[in-house]
This record gives sequence, C-alpha cells and structure tokens, in this order.
Amino acid sequence: MGVEGIGASVVRKEDRRFITGKGRYVDDVKLVGMTYAHFIRSPHAHAKVKGIDSSAALKMPGVVAVLTGQQIVDDKVGNLICGWAITSKDGSPMKMGAWPAMAPETVRFVGQAVAVVIADTKNLAKDAAEAVVVDYEELPAVADVRSAIKPGAVQLHPEAPGNIIYDWHIGDEAATKDAFSKAANVVTLELTNNRLVPNAMEPRAAVADYDAAEEHYTLWTTSQNPHVARLVLSAFYNIAPEHKLRVIAPDVGGGFGSKIYIYPEEMVALWASKKVGRPVKWTGDRSEAFLTDAHGRDHISKAEMAFDKDNKILGLRVKTHANFGAYMSLFSSAVPTYLYATLLSGQYVIPAIYAEVVAVYTNTTPVDAYRGAGRPEASYLLERMMETAARQLKVDPAELRKTNFITQFPYQTPVIMAYDIGNFHASIDAAMKAIDYAGFPARKAKAKADGKLRGIGLSCYIEACGIAPSKAVGSLGAGVGLWESAEIRVNPVGTIEVLTGTHSHGQGHETAFAQIISERLGVPISQVSIVHGDTDKVQFGMGTYGSRSIAVGGAAIVKAMEKVEAKAKKIAAHALEASESDIVIENGEFKVTGTDKSIALPMVALAAYTAHNLPDGMEPGLKETAFYDPTNFTFPAGAYICELEVDPGTGKTSFVNFVAADDFGRLINPMIVEGQVHGGLAQGIGQALLEGVVYDGTGQLVTASFMDYSMPRADDLPSFKLSHTTTLCPGNPLGVKGCGEAGAIGASAAVINAITDAIGNNKLEMPATPDRVWHAIHG
Amino acid sequence: MSTVKLTVNGRAVSVDVEDRTLLVHLLRENLNLTGTHVGCDTSQCGACVVHVDGRAVKSCTMLAGQAAGCNVTTIEGLAKGDELHPMQAAFRDNHGLQCGYCTPGMIMSAVDIVHRHGGKLDEETVRQELEGNICRCTGYHNIVKAVLDAAGRMKVAQAAE
Repeated sequence: MGVEGIGASVVRKEDRRFITGKGRYVDDVKLVGMTYAHFIRSPHAHAKVKGIDSSAALKMPGVVAVLTGQQIVDDKVGNLICGWAITSKDGSPMKMGAWPAMAPETVRFVGQAVAVVIADTKNLAKDAAEAVVVDYEELPAVADVRSAIKPGAVQLHPEAPGNIIYDWHIGDEAATKDAFSKAANVVTLELTNNRLVPNAMEPRAAVADYDAAEEHYTLWTTSQNPHVARLVLSAFYNIAPEHKLRVIAPDVGGGFGSKIYIYPEEMVALWASKKVGRPVKWTGDRSEAFLTDAHGRDHISKAEMAFDKDNKILGLRVKTHANFGAYMSLFSSAVPTYLYATLLSGQYVIPAIYAEVVAVYTNTTPVDAYRGAGRPEASYLLERMMETAARQLKVDPAELRKTNFITQFPYQTPVIMAYDIGNFHASIDAAMKAIDYAGFPARKAKAKADGKLRGIGLSCYIEACGIAPSKAVGSLGAGVGLWESAEIRVNPVGTIEVLTGTHSHGQGHETAFAQIISERLGVPISQVSIVHGDTDKVQFGMGTYGSRSIAVGGAAIVKAMEKVEAKAKKIAAHALEASESDIVIENGEFKVTGTDKSIALPMVALAAYTAHNLPDGMEPGLKETAFYDPTNFTFPAGAYICELEVDPGTGKTSFVNFVAADDFGRLINPMIVEGQVHGGLAQGIGQALLEGVVYDGTGQLVTASFMDYSMPRADDLPSFKLSHTTTLCPGNPLGVKGCGEAGAIGASAAVINAITDAIGNNKLEMPATPDRVWHAIHG
Repeated sequence: MSTVKLTVNGRAVSVDVEDRTLLVHLLRENLNLTGTHVGCDTSQCGACVVHVDGRAVKSCTMLAGQAAGCNVTTIEGLAKGDELHPMQAAFRDNHGLQCGYCTPGMIMSAVDIVHRHGGKLDEETVRQELEGNICRCTGYHNIVKAVLDAAGRMKVAQAAE
C-alpha cells in the first residue's frame, strides 16, 4: 500500500470546501431572472379537486404564473413511473394507479401538490399561494394497512381493487410446510417495522433553466443518480430528449435513498421554466420534506421458525404486509420483494423458506427505499426471531446463532441469493470479545443491585449490495441495468481525471476513488480529480444507492485503469526501447524491470498526446472507458452487540456499550468506512429508540416536523466500538463489498433484543420509547 | 423595506431587506454567503448557526433587523485567510463531516461550546451541548471527537497568543 493508496485513512480531499462554507448545493445556485416556485398542497388525505381559483393570486405583486395539475396533464407530461415490475403469485402484473406530477382530479395524501405559484421571490410566491382557493370535496381516507385491506375499505385507485398492488411470494411453500411438520419446536413472532422519514439534512431542491433558442433544459437537482433522472425525465415524462436535457447534481446534502427518485417538483420546475420563459427554483422546506420525501420501511409481519431437537433450523415462514402509501414510488415495488424476502435466510442454514408479501395502498406519503431498503426489515425480523427462539429454547442466543451459521461457501439460499463468501463465526467472536460477553452476567447482577435492568442483545446481519448482474435483475423485473461506468483521462501533463457514474453525497468518493488510482500508479491523490454528478461531463451511469459505489463503480474504475495501463506500458516500452512485458509501474514511473531505465508518467502522457513517437498504428491520447457489470451481489455481513440499562422507574434506556464487527472485504479508506458505519448505526438506533411516523385515523401526518419526529441527537447515542474481520469478495477486482447501509441494517435488532432481555418481556415494538418500555415492564 | 447596517465577517455592510427577512436569508440571499444553511423550519436543526457578537445564534430565529449594529461571523469568516480555525481543522482530521450540510452550523456551535466551557469539556458535555444541531450522516461519533480535539488545539493556540 502506498501512503495514499488502498487501505490508508487519508483525510478527505472534499472537506476543505465544506468546512469553509464553500460547498455548492442546489439552493446556492442563482441564475439571472430566476423565479421561485411554491407548491399548493392538499391539506386532506383524500379528496376530489373540484376547482382552483387563482384569479386573486394572479393580481398580486411579483406573481408570474399559477400552474395547475390539469395544465400539466394537458401538456402531456407523463405520469410518474415505477421502475421494477413485480408479478403476483397468481401470475397477474402489479396494479399501479396513475400518479400525475400535480393532481388534476383527486388527491390521495396530505401534501400532494395540486398547483404551483411562480413569482419573482420566494416570499411573493408564498404570499400568492395563500390567495389561491382550492375547492376540495373531502373523501374518507385510510391511513394504515390493516384498515386498507378490510372488505369495504375506501378504495384509492380503480386499478387496484382492495387497495392491493400485488400479492407476491418466494420460496417453496410445500417444502416449508413439510419442514414444519417435522419440527420439535416452532417459534412465532409478530412485529411491525416502523415507518421512517429519511430526513437528509439538505431538503430537496431543483433549479430548472430552459433555453428557448437551443430548446435545451438544464436542471440542478438534489439527486443521487443524475443520469437516471435524465433518462426518466426524458423517456417517461416527455420533458425533453436526453441530448436536450442536462442534469447536474452538485454537492448534495445526504440522500439515504430519498434522493434516488424523480419527484413531481423537479418535473414541474422543468416544465414551468419553459412555460414562464425564466429559470425556476424550488427549495423544499423541512415540512415539505416530511410530507413528500419517500418514507421508508412500514411492514407488518408474522413469522414462524421451525427447529429440530438439536436446535437446528428446519424452516421459516413469513407473511408481510407492506404499506406503499398513496402511489408507487420509483423503486418501491422491489423493496419488500427482491431486497427483503431474498435476505430472509440471514446468516443461517435454513433448508426451507416461504415468504409472502402483500403490497398495499393507503392515503399516506409514498414509501420507497431508505438506507438498507428491505434488508433492515429482513434482518430485524430474523434477528428478533433468533433471540426469541433462544429464550424459548433456553439456549444462549450466541450459541443458537453459531449452531445454525452457514460455514460453507458459496452457499445457495432457498430465496435466490448465492452467498459468495463470509466468515460469520469470526464476526460474532470478534464482537463477543469486544463487549466481554462472558462477563455480562456479573455486570447484570451488579446493575440489578443498583436498581437498573441491564440487557444484552445480538444482531448478526447479512446484506446484499451492488444489485447485479444486469441480466439477472432484468429477468426479475428491473427496468434498468445495474452496471457502472468509468472514464479515466490522463491529461498531457500526467494529472488524472476519473469520471464516474456514481454520485457522492457524503460518502467521500473524491478521496476513496482517488486512492484506487494512487494505489495503481503511485501518484499522490492531489494529482487525481474525481468528476461526478453532471450528465454533460460524465457518460451514462447508474448513481449511488444500495452500497454499490465502490463494489460496482470502483470496479469499473479498475477496469478502465487496466486499459490505461496497458496502453501506457506500450508507449513506455516504445520510448525505452524495451519489451512491453518488462515494464512495471512503480511510484508514478514506468520502469524496465531489472534495469535503471524508466520514464515518468507525465512523459508517457505527453508522448501520448504529442503523438510524435508512438508505436506504429497506435491512436494518440490516453483516455479509456469501462462499463462494469458485476457477476453477483456482494454480501457484507457482521455482528453487532448492544449492552444497555433500563431504568424501571422511567422506562428510559441508557447505552452501556455498542460494538460492531463488520466484514466489508477490503477497505479502501478505513476512516471513511468507519464513518459510514457510525452513521448507519445512528439510523438503526434511531429507528429502534426514537423515530417513528404517526398518522392519525384521517391520514394527517402527526410527526411532520423535527419537533414531533424524534431525530437522533448527539446525546441520544453512544460512542461506538468498531472492528473488522475480512473475507475478500471474490466477485470484483478490488475484493470490496460495500459499507454504506450495514449499520442501519443490523443495529435496530441488537437494541431491541437488549431491551427485551433487560425487561424480560419480548412484546415490544419500535420505537422503544420510555413510555412503551415502561408499559412493557409494568403492564 | 428597511436598511440594515451590520458587520459581517469584519466587513461593514448595509442591506435593504423586507422587514420579515430573517438573518439567514440576508446572509444567503443578499450577501451570497451560502455557507450558512437552512435545514428545517422550526429552529431545530442548527444548520444555520452563526456567531452574533461572539455568541452562537440560529440565524433562522433572528430577524435581519435584530442584527442591526451587530458583529456577525459566518463559516466563511472563521478561518484566518488560508489558515483554518482549529475547529475546522479538527473536523477534517477526525472525519467529523460527510455530506457537509450540517457542518457549518455544527462548527460554529462547537466553537461557541469550547469558548463557554474552556478546557473543561468532556464527551458527555459535548453531546449535551450539541443538542441543537442535527447531523444525519455521522452518528455524531466523529463530531464529538473533533470538538474534544479542537478544544485541546484552541487551548494551545490561546496559550501561544
């Protein structure tokens, strides 16, 4: 490893602009003649839009236009799409209701836009919005899954009878039934995976600029995947053909999944910029984020696990109802199916699995992928099941897990996934050692003497990252391929630009990707620039989500580097009059092995561009492109253990210790990796203890601000103890697995298992607030 | 409209704003100091923290007019030229930031915390004092480390002066 190569915890190149206030986010973009958009949103969860009177608003100062849902329909802007087709168990396609960018006739959740005011300033737009009169005819609403699937429930979409989008299944029903018939013990569990709001700190925003002379649009947007945004806006929403639409995602203040999707506001901003002939800016406020950013999770599940007399798992049966909200968001359909049920084998040998998933419409904000996306739901269900089983079977929870761990790889689960490699014993052993698992009973006894209830909880997660290969996901219904691209430009003076189709919104790509180049060529990372987030600069790419950037995007960079190096070696060999096979690259120099002859990278690059003395037939230049399509998912895995105390008098939980032992394969920058784990753990712990969306019976969002929705704050969380075990991923050239979501996937079960262990009552739902915990203790 | 005269990052400025203008909007929209961010609409998140006469203030809770005559420092005014403030350097060195959106407010709050507590900071105090700043990326682990690190650096810097 070089000083700045793979494995070095170098500080981030991108930090200087952020710590000096020079980051450039979408809301920082100002254009000449810019107007400001303010959306008029439904206060009702379900209503007919009978009419919109904007006459008073149009007379107000600075008002440029008031545009309505009917106008966007009349202009043939396409409805929002869902990009993954799921087929129900009866063979029928999923049943998708129409979702126009602004509602012309019917609103189906609080916050859905019906019109937009465009004005000279943001305040004038807000003032005018107050003067727009919308005539609603309120309809009955249904805000939760159980009510939505009852016979006679309010119907949201004519396309989806019974409010059911699909009724899907996976696994072998007969084999699972057979497994249960042979069981010595059966453990059952019912649980809810609470709905969350992603709450990236930067609210979504869009600046749209239409150039009438060129018939060309530019969109600055808070996106995790600007090329996918351009594709969808172009191919499905009819905004403009791709070559007439530039999408720029500059610095983006966190995503966590919520900025994958192409939302109505970006569509409307683009459409409106042409209509009013001026640039249009929309910046959401936090209240709008709560109402309109895709929410996460929201499952209700029943699970049963069958064990033989030796506590070996025989089978698992799961039935899950997933709340989709009022419309199908872009990747919503894939989350509770191919990202959830395919992970239900966890780290365990489970010979037979059968899972059913029913997707349900309700009058709530649409739900889609949020950090982990399906995998936290699977991990939470399984890991609470293992803990519940250990208590019922009266065995140590760590021992029960070890008894059932997969130890032979590759391992084909009964639910599609083929795990390539792992060492689950190594992770759990590392975590147990880090927390002194053996010493816990003594600590528990001491805490009891002090009047505190102490508990310990484990969670052994596995996840699937870098969804791939494209052919496989296509056969499962994905509307896109999930490869990644990279372009490497060695400039004539030897500096290097790497253009990647992934997008960094906190992950540190500008540093970690440069380290890959530094490792290969021996150049300092200051000589390397990472370019991303602009469809005019970077060729097509799929963006960042699902912990895919290093495993897929990083591998694409390696593939492009191999091509660059091959050509550069030819040039060096020609210049040094040596054999190409004798050229080695060390510290930025191309050397003839066994001699003192060498040529530095800048001279090779210069030779490539002057083209005065290249090998016969060689094209000038030193720039290569690669498209990398993985052969499999990667499978990060690990063990988390939480030790905490509960005050029986108040129900308040206090952390004693939280340890994480993760296997992410090779680490490019351990400092960045650990930062990703910290953030994921905070979101998992937030789900377990603090966060939870509440709708009232009429579909009003009760938790619609930071005053009502409990975000994890610094004093809610402990410092974490992290460690790593390593099995290199055999499926990609870097041996990496991805680390962005692990913490959020594994943490919540560890926390709840620890609380239920402490209080001796397994009936506890997330978020485990002091109120809930107190009632679980005292009844 | 009113004319508000104040000092921002050491420079005297005079700005014509609507009476309802918040300090954060004066900074962002009128002075183009976009390092100060808006992350919520209920004064909870702290992304907009600046220093007003040396004290940390959420600039979304203060009318621009209330800052008349005040000395305001934003994240852009914290470093001395190319020399980072010890808190800025500590955030970078401890990986106390990821997406960077909460970072300016976090740093401005943290400087105030160190000023108020001197060298007596411990982890628990830092965590309690950061209650008014929300970060969604870091889990606060490295932010807490950065603040404690910077407290030491600022003490050393102060001793040297």
